[in-house]
Amino acid sequence: MDEPTQSADPPQIQERARTATVYRHRLATRIWHWINAVAIFIMIGSGIGILNAHPRLYWGQYGANFDHAWLDLRPYGNILRSGWLTIPAGYNLAISRRWHLLFALVLAFGLLAFMIASLINRHFQRDLRVRAKEVGPRHLWADLRAHLRFDFHNPDDPTAYNTLQKLAYVGAIFVLIPLMIFTGLAMSPGMDAAWPWLIELFGGRQSARSIHFIAASGIVLFVIVHLTLVILAGPINEVWSMITGRWKLPAAVPDPEPTPEPEPAE
Amino acid sequence: MTLITRRAIVTGGALGAGLLLSGCDKLAQQPGFRRILFSGEKINMGLQRALMDRNALAPEFTAEQMSPVFRTNGNANPNTADYNRHVAENFANWRLEVGGLVDRPLRLGLSDIGAFPQRAQITRHDCVEGWSAIGKWQGPMLGNVLKAAGVRTSARYIVFTCADLWSGQPYYESIDMVDAFHPQTILAWAMNDKRVSVGHGAPIRLRVERHLGYKNAKYVMRIDAVASLAGIGLGKGGYWEDHVNYDWYAGI
Repeated sequence: MDEPTQSADPPQIQERARTATVYRHRLATRIWHWINAVAIFIMIGSGIGILNAHPRLYWGQYGANFDHAWLDLRPYGNILRSGWLTIPAGYNLAISRRWHLLFALVLAFGLLAFMIASLINRHFQRDLRVRAKEVGPRHLWADLRAHLRFDFHNPDDPTAYNTLQKLAYVGAIFVLIPLMIFTGLAMSPGMDAAWPWLIELFGGRQSARSIHFIAASGIVLFVIVHLTLVILAGPINEVWSMITGRWKLPAAVPDPEPTPEPEPAE
Repeated sequence: MTLITRRAIVTGGALGAGLLLSGCDKLAQQPGFRRILFSGEKINMGLQRALMDRNALAPEFTAEQMSPVFRTNGNANPNTADYNRHVAENFANWRLEVGGLVDRPLRLGLSDIGAFPQRAQITRHDCVEGWSAIGKWQGPMLGNVLKAAGVRTSARYIVFTCADLWSGQPYYESIDMVDAFHPQTILAWAMNDKRVSVGHGAPIRLRVERHLGYKNAKYVMRIDAVASLAGIGLGKGGYWEDHVNYDWYAGI
């Protein structure tokens, strides 16, 4: 039987790919990205509106005015109540809750659908898998230095996410958003009857509320870093690719020498 | 050219506004969108009811886990002439009226309420504002009181009318029959082993433990079994629901 000849991509194809666009974001990723962007935006605005009803945070099962608050945000009330920060613009706990509890469903079921789709289309396995060698201190240090040079793409594999980027996405998708959802559910008196283990997991309703706030702060930080890096990486190309899926490769860096095969260590 | 410029500005502006918070407020004022926004309540109620057993219990705590201070909220004293007279008489002549769709309307004094089998529970009170306090509540199960009154099968909601007036109207709340017959739903006359204080709803406070604080009506004077909430107050099942758009289902 004839074996098909095994060979690497011919060089001219590689050459063409460097100046063209590549299909980078699958449909499921793009749909989820925008639905989730709207949901996160609404959850943060309405969440601050709800926080303003009692801007003090406690640890444990209970916590109210006479108990020790680990964080008292009342001194920042003027900022937290500014109209550009909350949904609705004026303080209205009932309407903030209406927004929050409807879009919580969008956030939670959207994430669930995205997770299922990304397992099936192998987005998680291919693009977000963090390999052990990537999280070594030397690799992370090199990645950080590359970020500081605004150098975000590996010229040999420009569509691959770099390690810090992967860690940020994994942190948001698998840690921060699930924490938001489950601490949010733990604050619901109905869910505490339905799933008593949930409140145990977080060590009480006020602890769940505190973790909800901390994770929300983490998401705000993620959004700030994410938007900053989109702008630094070329906002038109990045936003366009998240709409159409097609991403223009960065200008080809001239390859001085073919990379030599690593010498066997001896 | 002006047309294009204007169109660009309008399009850009509309897109931008859609993303801005002020856009959210405008959306929330559109009746159609408002219906969508308010539909979250029914979805959450449906999901929670599907996930929980009808009699699933809210977490209960030990005496050591109780809040050192259980704050009051909302109205802390109805301060009407009738109410003040009852306070002065230590509620000796006060009667809880149980009526509506029942075969045997009841008038129950505190000693009658104390004669029902009692349930004591240390539970967490979760205010819609975000704070929680743990306290001990004791009283008869509402379900037993309703059975004693012979509640009819046509009853779908239980309405609680209270002594405190808000803009001249009595505070009221309502729950459905699932919550009315839940084992932790009690008519509490004792809190932390003492008679419920005026601040916390004397003489009787409803405890409906799978809901937020505002469902736990204080100063309960009347209990009515009804087939529909229409025609009561503004028809949304409670004072806060009627006047400031709070969810009737307060399980979340």
